[in-house]
Amino acid sequence: MVINLSNTNQIGLTKNDYKGLPSSLCQGCGHNSIANQIITACYELGVVPEEIMKFSGIGCSSKSPAYFLNRAFGFNSLHGRMAPLATGAIFADTSLKALGVSGDGDTASIGMSGFKHMVRRNTPMVYIVENNGVYGLTKGQFSATAEVGLNLKHQGTNPYMPVDICMEAIISNATFVARSFAGDAKQVKELIKAALNHNGVAVLDIISPCVTFNNQVNAFHSYTWGKDHEAPLHEISFVPRLDEIMIEDDFLPGTVTEVCMHDGYMIALKKLEKDYDPTDRWQALHMLEESQQNNWLVTGLIYIECDRPPLTERHNLTSTPLNRLTDKELRPTHESLDQINANMY
Amino acid sequence: MSEQKKIINDFSITIATVNGSGSQTANTTILRALFKMGIPVSGKNLFPSNIQGLPTWYTIRVNKDGFTARRDEHEIVISMNQASFMEDLASVLPGGAFYYADHITFPINRTDISVYPMPIKELIKNTDVSPTLRDYIANMVYVGVLANILGIDIEKIQSALDFHFKGKPKPIESNINMVKAGAEWSAANLKKTDPYLVEPMDKTKGLIMADGNTAAALGAIYGGLQFEAWYPITPASSLAESLNEYLPKLRKDPEGKSTYAVVQAEDELSAIGMAVGAGWAGLRSMTSTSGPGLSLMTEYAGMAYFAEVPIVVWDVQRMGPSTGLPTRTSQGDLTFTYFMGHGDTQNVILLPGTVNECFEFGSTALDLAERLQTPIFVLSDLDLGMNQWMTNAFRYPDKPLDRGKVLWEEDLEKITDWGRYRDVDGDGIPYRTLPGNRHPRAGYFSRGTGHNEYAVYSENSKVWESNMNRLRLKYKTARTIVPKPIVDNSENSEVGIITYGSNEPAVYEARTILKNEGIPCDYLRIRALPFAEEVNEFVQAHKRVYIVETNHDGQMNQLITMELPDKATKFRSVCLDNGFSLSARWVKEKICAMEAN
Repeated sequence: MVINLSNTNQIGLTKNDYKGLPSSLCQGCGHNSIANQIITACYELGVVPEEIMKFSGIGCSSKSPAYFLNRAFGFNSLHGRMAPLATGAIFADTSLKALGVSGDGDTASIGMSGFKHMVRRNTPMVYIVENNGVYGLTKGQFSATAEVGLNLKHQGTNPYMPVDICMEAIISNATFVARSFAGDAKQVKELIKAALNHNGVAVLDIISPCVTFNNQVNAFHSYTWGKDHEAPLHEISFVPRLDEIMIEDDFLPGTVTEVCMHDGYMIALKKLEKDYDPTDRWQALHMLEESQQNNWLVTGLIYIECDRPPLTERHNLTSTPLNRLTDKELRPTHESLDQINANMY
Repeated sequence: MSEQKKIINDFSITIATVNGSGSQTANTTILRALFKMGIPVSGKNLFPSNIQGLPTWYTIRVNKDGFTARRDEHEIVISMNQASFMEDLASVLPGGAFYYADHITFPINRTDISVYPMPIKELIKNTDVSPTLRDYIANMVYVGVLANILGIDIEKIQSALDFHFKGKPKPIESNINMVKAGAEWSAANLKKTDPYLVEPMDKTKGLIMADGNTAAALGAIYGGLQFEAWYPITPASSLAESLNEYLPKLRKDPEGKSTYAVVQAEDELSAIGMAVGAGWAGLRSMTSTSGPGLSLMTEYAGMAYFAEVPIVVWDVQRMGPSTGLPTRTSQGDLTFTYFMGHGDTQNVILLPGTVNECFEFGSTALDLAERLQTPIFVLSDLDLGMNQWMTNAFRYPDKPLDRGKVLWEEDLEKITDWGRYRDVDGDGIPYRTLPGNRHPRAGYFSRGTGHNEYAVYSENSKVWESNMNRLRLKYKTARTIVPKPIVDNSENSEVGIITYGSNEPAVYEARTILKNEGIPCDYLRIRALPFAEEVNEFVQAHKRVYIVETNHDGQMNQLITMELPDKATKFRSVCLDNGFSLSARWVKEKICAMEAN
């Protein structure tokens, strides 16, 4: 039998091994293309599907974990409550990677507190926000990321200022913050790869147009507006250790900044129009403020900090996953209880 | 004082102080010294929701017969608080004793009690303690005066202080010196005119003193607890804080690595969310809270019920509704917890009645959660959780941890058709896999939405019905494995009393008094919901059944009435809802009055 090697990745799996159930979202929904990029990123990285835990909240975005990595464990949790659920789960086996998909309502309205505290703790997980500025599943209400002045069919005009998820993440001391656009498949994929290899919380705010309720040409979260106005900070490539040599072939020296991650991975950032240093928190906030003032859709790796230990490392856990420990490790000795009884009064 | 007037080891002491003045050390020192003398004691702290300044009372009951329930009366009152002075003076039983700090200069208008002024300020002047600590140390003066007048052994006070200050010589010395100064001053200046005395006994052998929150924490630790998420709330905080104290000592592996994690969450929504995540991923998982926190936890509790995730929720109850009385005890969360969650839910609840049972249920709850794959609620209360009680020494669990129905890689190898929600054994409990299981068929997608036996989203009505029916079957299984009630039918009476939780000591004592007054009562203490068959049998066997509890509406009475509607005419609800735990006298009087009708 002839095996077609080009159809398998470095661990011998085909792309089918990374797929999920058929999507039940609208045709053309940005979320579907993000799900596809998650599949491709995991396939190209050679991730073992069983080593990913998928999480989500409630909403259109939160349905999407059913549409990728069918072999992974997943938990479609409650509206706005994915962050604490994932936080508890990651303690069970720290050799697994956590990947969460949320929406702008799920994260920036009902789940804002849990989101920011997850970020503050540097909970090791990829947290993707599929941001479309609108509540889809309840048929088209304004979300907290909708721009002021947005007109929606049955809602009128949005009078409130939007929440900027990247800014919220940075001021809560996030260690990896990126913004992307569902229409920019390559960038989405590279960011997901980098995020999966970040040792801490990685927030990806991906503008993901809602073709049914918020896709008017002049709306911030639409395809047309995104395609016309996306301004990438750099061209981003995630570089696994194996491929190090490729950088020099692809990019001219002097135009590429390399960001070292833990475990020897790297992110290569090719300079575009302006210099941008994603390790400078102040510059990141300044850039976001400027983008907000001017209604720019700036995409790319906005901020990264690689040496802050994630939540689980601070707990000094056993090398055996906690969920594989047995009675012997979990129940203290008889003598220790005698000692406690002797001291109890 | 004549010989025959002596009253030995049978009275209550109430100490009135200002909240935040450090009197807790003095009060628990008296309690522990009496316990070390072998005399049965109990201590109750009646404190305001305040850090500093409002009146606080601590009551110690000394009882040679071992009754530990709260009493409404007190023979001895120590007044250290000007604000409550007149009220405290009026509260002393005739023939009792009133000790007071002599810088409080109200007129004392009672001649039917003994009065002992104490020169607190004078005596602390002569110590070498720093001014910042003086107010705290001042409380030791009343410990000394009381020791002298009651006959408390100073050596036992010394060992209580050794324990309290964990052997640190400096605070022990300054405190014991103050105790001695008080005792010496009293011996030289006061003449005993009241009849109350203590004498050593041997009635505390094999017993320990502990509070229910510490016991719950230790029980969970010996029950293999691996994950706790919590948010601070009175009166539950000390449960999680006890975990933080004991886990690092008890649960490190030989390399010093932790076999557990405790996370303080941002609110109770997240506390239970984290616990559900950890429980889903295979950890022995718990959260601890009180009423207002429990309200917030409803959302995830309902999901854990429906997605069948094992978690334990300790609710150390306080007075509700709403913020209520945060520092007063209650059993008001029973019906709320029983049905907690929207849609059709029915929860498994454990009801510990002693500190020792808090320890035992600490691990039982984790076993049941993993066995039944459902949230297990443990309803303790402020009285049980925060007060010091005499209790049997904690018993080492004699059964291995019950990890429930979990399939690992090698198990899946042997099974061709595994479905997360399939009832293979006919008990309503399916098999689950845990993240980290690398078998290609191990993964599944948990959800709070409708799902079929393979955990796949489904809106099919038949699928929905059969899943709900299976959950009901599982609840039936729960009925057979939760802790059985404690039953005492030895009186062979037509009158029975049903109670639960921390009502146990008051009801126990009330039965003794009722028997002496010609109303012997049988007894059943419920320790878990769903109701065991024994409850039905007990009701069947008695003509009148008093259901005694500490809430306004008689919530257990409501639940039993729903359970046994055809026997509802037998039930008589006896409930108290004023922030205090029950006293035996109150229970006795209520039942006597209702028996007379």
